[in-house]
Amino acid sequence: MEWDWDFVWQIMPTLIEGVKITILATVLGSALAAVVGLAIALLRRSENKAVARSVGFAAEFIRGTPLLVQLYFIFYVLPDVGILLPPMVAGTIGLGLHYGTYAAEVYRAGIDNVPRGQWEAAKACNLSARQTWTHVILPQAIPPMIPALANYFIAMFKETPLLSAITVLELMNQAKSVANTYYRYVEPMTLVGAFFLVISLCSVVLLRWLERRYGRVER
Amino acid sequence: MTAWAGYIELILEGAVVTIKLTLMGSVLALVVAFIAGLGRLSRFFAVRALATAYIEFFRGTSIFVQLFWVYFVLPLFGITLTPLQAGVLGLGLNVGAYAAEVVRGAVQSIGKEQYEACTALNLGRWQGMRHVILPQAFLVMLPTFGNNAIELLKATSIVSLISLADLTFQAQVVRSQTGNTMVPFTTILVIYFALAMLITWGIRRLERRLSRGLDGVRA
Repeated sequence: MEWDWDFVWQIMPTLIEGVKITILATVLGSALAAVVGLAIALLRRSENKAVARSVGFAAEFIRGTPLLVQLYFIFYVLPDVGILLPPMVAGTIGLGLHYGTYAAEVYRAGIDNVPRGQWEAAKACNLSARQTWTHVILPQAIPPMIPALANYFIAMFKETPLLSAITVLELMNQAKSVANTYYRYVEPMTLVGAFFLVISLCSVVLLRWLERRYGRVER
Repeated sequence: MTAWAGYIELILEGAVVTIKLTLMGSVLALVVAFIAGLGRLSRFFAVRALATAYIEFFRGTSIFVQLFWVYFVLPLFGITLTPLQAGVLGLGLNVGAYAAEVVRGAVQSIGKEQYEACTALNLGRWQGMRHVILPQAFLVMLPTFGNNAIELLKATSIVSLISLADLTFQAQVVRSQTGNTMVPFTTILVIYFALAMLITWGIRRLERRLSRGLDGVRA
């Protein structure tokens, strides 16, 4: 099997279209995961034991089952109960929920790392629970966790090809359709790998920068 | 009702394939992880470079892309693998790359005095590694290995897309034959979760067993 550069240039525009969708899915998924993660982390600390337990179990369940099956579930099962989602929306929700449970652990660690004195000081200043969170705890807890969160978002980026299984036309799906049209697998599949490698390596550089900027000083 | 018995059998067959893949993939990943992880700590530049290239490549590209590449592109170079072989190879090499970093981190976390003690006892590099460093480092690796094994279990769902009849694949078969989506997908989600719990439990038991008698040694 020969590597054909002409073919590479011919299919490049289609693949670039796919890359755009892949990046869009990652960005939307990350935003959703950041919000879902915070919500889970806060609910798990709830005073109400029943709420804390059931949210904890749900998060554990989502983390212990494959993203692909969850995507199928959202895409195929929800329409039966009357919720019909476009593929891209279903994919974003799947990515956001799945990685939200991972992000929740990062938030938990970040919140636990805020010294006790800060909570006591907030109480001494007569701040309400809401004020304590928004003005004292979260501003201190979030910056150190940015590198860890970014790590998960890069992991999410590498899972986006799964969206092709629920018919989102992202990079992998474009490559598959190209491959099936021309019966050539070497170039499209290798290019998809190359795209992922390049974007991942770039994001690793970004991650290093985030670590220097926000990471903890010790070690 | 008789029909359901047949479908349950299908799902159980899928579960066997998933378990087989997880076990074989884990064994391959474990072997690869030790080779690549210790390779990164080698005295020789060439070995270090090779190990680093392997780890960065497999961590930088998506498992989905790697599986497709193994399954669709390798045959064009004359290497034809059955779906099961391709699945085990892809999963093992991918998770092995993540686990290699765990091996490296754990070996590096062992205190310098242990290495000095090896020198004082006139142990060779390999002897010191085998009898002093690795037994201690292995305990540090175990919890993360457990997480890696769960990631591997979840990743096995992707092999359904290269036509291997695992849990996810069988659920799709049941869906297309019965038109029922809720039952098959809920069932396999529960099975995946149960398997993940089983791994967590097994690792915890192993950890307790291996740390017996080490209380005075571990800081």
